Amino acid sequence: MLRGALRFRAKPGLLGRGLNTRKGGSTLDWAGKVPEIKKKIQSFLPGGDWNPLYDTSHLPPERTDVVIVGGGVLGLSVAYWLKRLEKQRGAIQVLVVERDHTYSRASTGLSVGGIRQQFSLPENIQLSLFSVDFLRNINDYLAVVDNPPLDLQFNPSGYLLLASEKSAAMMENNVKVQRQEGAKVCLMSPEQLQNKFPWINTEGVALASYGLEGEGWFDPWCLLQGLQRKIQSMGVVFCRGEVTRFVSSSSHMETMSGEEVTLKRIHEVHVKMDHSLEYQPVECAIVINAAGAWSGQIAELAGIGRGPPGTLQGTKLPVEPRKRYVYLWHCPQGPGLETPLVADSSGAYFRREGLGNNYLGGCSPTEEEEPDPGNLEVDHDFFQDKVWPHLAQRVPAFENLKVRSAWAGYYDYNTFDQNGVVGPHPLVVNMYFATGFSGHGLQQAPAVGRAVAELVLEGHFQTINLSSFLFSRFYLGEKVKEHNIF
Amino acid sequence: MAAPRAYLHLVAPLWNGGTRGIRGMSSAVAPEGNQSKWGKLLQFLADRFYDVEALREYLFQKQVSKIHQKNRSFTYIKERYGPYVAGAYFILKQGGAVKFQGKEWIRSSGRGHYSLEFLNFQATPVEAVDASGCAINYQGLDNLLALKELQSLQLQRCPHVDDWCLSRLYQLADSLQELSLAGCPRISERGLACLHHLQKLRRLDISDLPAVSSPGLTRILVEEMLPNCEVLGAEWTEGLKLGPEKQSRGTASPIPA
Repeated sequence: MLRGALRFRAKPGLLGRGLNTRKGGSTLDWAGKVPEIKKKIQSFLPGGDWNPLYDTSHLPPERTDVVIVGGGVLGLSVAYWLKRLEKQRGAIQVLVVERDHTYSRASTGLSVGGIRQQFSLPENIQLSLFSVDFLRNINDYLAVVDNPPLDLQFNPSGYLLLASEKSAAMMENNVKVQRQEGAKVCLMSPEQLQNKFPWINTEGVALASYGLEGEGWFDPWCLLQGLQRKIQSMGVVFCRGEVTRFVSSSSHMETMSGEEVTLKRIHEVHVKMDHSLEYQPVECAIVINAAGAWSGQIAELAGIGRGPPGTLQGTKLPVEPRKRYVYLWHCPQGPGLETPLVADSSGAYFRREGLGNNYLGGCSPTEEEEPDPGNLEVDHDFFQDKVWPHLAQRVPAFENLKVRSAWAGYYDYNTFDQNGVVGPHPLVVNMYFATGFSGHGLQQAPAVGRAVAELVLEGHFQTINLSSFLFSRFYLGEKVKEHNIF
Repeated sequence: MAAPRAYLHLVAPLWNGGTRGIRGMSSAVAPEGNQSKWGKLLQFLADRFYDVEALREYLFQKQVSKIHQKNRSFTYIKERYGPYVAGAYFILKQGGAVKFQGKEWIRSSGRGHYSLEFLNFQATPVEAVDASGCAINYQGLDNLLALKELQSLQLQRCPHVDDWCLSRLYQLADSLQELSLAGCPRISERGLACLHHLQKLRRLDISDLPAVSSPGLTRILVEEMLPNCEVLGAEWTEGLKLGPEKQSRGTASPIPA
């Protein structure tokens, strides 16, 4: 009878959620009691995690293969691709640890949601191209049987980047690279720009590049929920907790020239539960740092950067949170339905939101004006002083507008070169990074997730070569500068 | 793995259900209240048995790949006969109709037969395409976008034409004068925003688009966006609520301008 109960255990990970939570509203009422009984029987048989002293069902599992620190779009994307590219069903056990299940400070939910291919680095363009492909076929990738299809609310309106005299040559170069990689971008002179978008004031604009296809903006929450739903159906375990400690072991090796190198391997991740001192040590093989704006803190926990400056041991992960404001305003005579996401040469950007003449936008502050990232309070004077003048100069209709609301979010800002960090750390050999994308993480998340999963499963990049985004460039001082960041 | 005997019993009744059963097994399910007993049973089983879930996923993937197969690109025909004949062949195979410049409409009959005389029209551009009800999607649009002199495109009631497809239509901006999107379930106002590239458009039909949230407002914005174009459908009174004194008279009469 016990054996029969065991065979009825349908899928791994189901116990933590209960049979009823998979689909909303089940057929039989008593089915709620049955999994409880089964769980109790399961736990005290050999192999179960029964603890006679207290209930441990809310804790993460005691061992797993991959721990992903951070449950935002990048972390979930890595989890999805790990489960999708694994060689056998159920080969890799993945645990996603996210300390804030409301995602109140996560960059994903607070993002403006744009996606573009207008970058200067070929790798960034390829990442965006694959991500747009992923978003277009999202219902083929993230389909779960019996669940409604996802509606990303994608606006294919494109990006319009404006360049002044001094950046026009660089824009032309960039567009050439973009076209080579397969992005559909066209260059426009000020006259063509005035014809196409009569509401723009083309004074000071020498050249404009306009994305014709595959660019626009979408709803990041929908992508996040779609990923969550799919990876839960694939058997990834979610845990609501905070990573507080890494327990690792070191081994000393010698390089060819006789120098001693200390390699570290993380064995356990201590996951602390919400609002309590209780923690669970999770044994793992690989740790993926996808903690977004807080990746620097996670890296410090692992001992990255603890050493004399100038050496590889002393190179910290240069990712820190930077606060950015987004304002929503209403302008009754503003640009019409065809408005793309316009990014001015001064750094201010805006896009339409919905049908009611509402617009979203903001501006990246200069280094000196960087706001304090301690909280997510909005500075409304910043809009008055720094954003509005540029907007009104570029679009005269914006001279009378009324700000409806505003919010702030973090960029996981890479202070070294504003590009992502992907790949293992040279010394802490089983920590992989998937962070530091400085404001364009959401639009590259599907492709970066696939790249990291390929690295973990195969050992090298297979589809898009992101070797220039490895950690070692911080030590070697090789900046991979992306020119189109705003 | 679940008990294999249970799996074998399940396969027989599913196949007996015919196409309705297969569609029921693999398509997206209606909201909770509308789910039939069959749907609920399938859900119950799929949650408990790996085999049922795998079978359902397999059938779903088969449906998806059927559409992809219909929308493949005909490279051989394109090389041998040219882009116009390839586009015409694609449309006729899907069940639509095509009109070459100076010739009559070529339609496929109800059973999928059509005359092959168009294979001789290699240099004649295609003027009008009627793809109503065809399963064209983003990939299949490749075949249509090669028809650079296309003047009229009817995409009524196409179930897979969505906003992404509309974002590709800018390639026909030089020639397209008439476009009909009536009844397409996946098109929303976000896709209609990309139609501003089609400056030569003279007639646009956007009636009966269920995914557009405010049809009246959308029509006004589209008219502003395309000043030379006549926009049909989506009366501006749709979506407006009648005042309290009119409600007793019923909602059939539109509000006078």
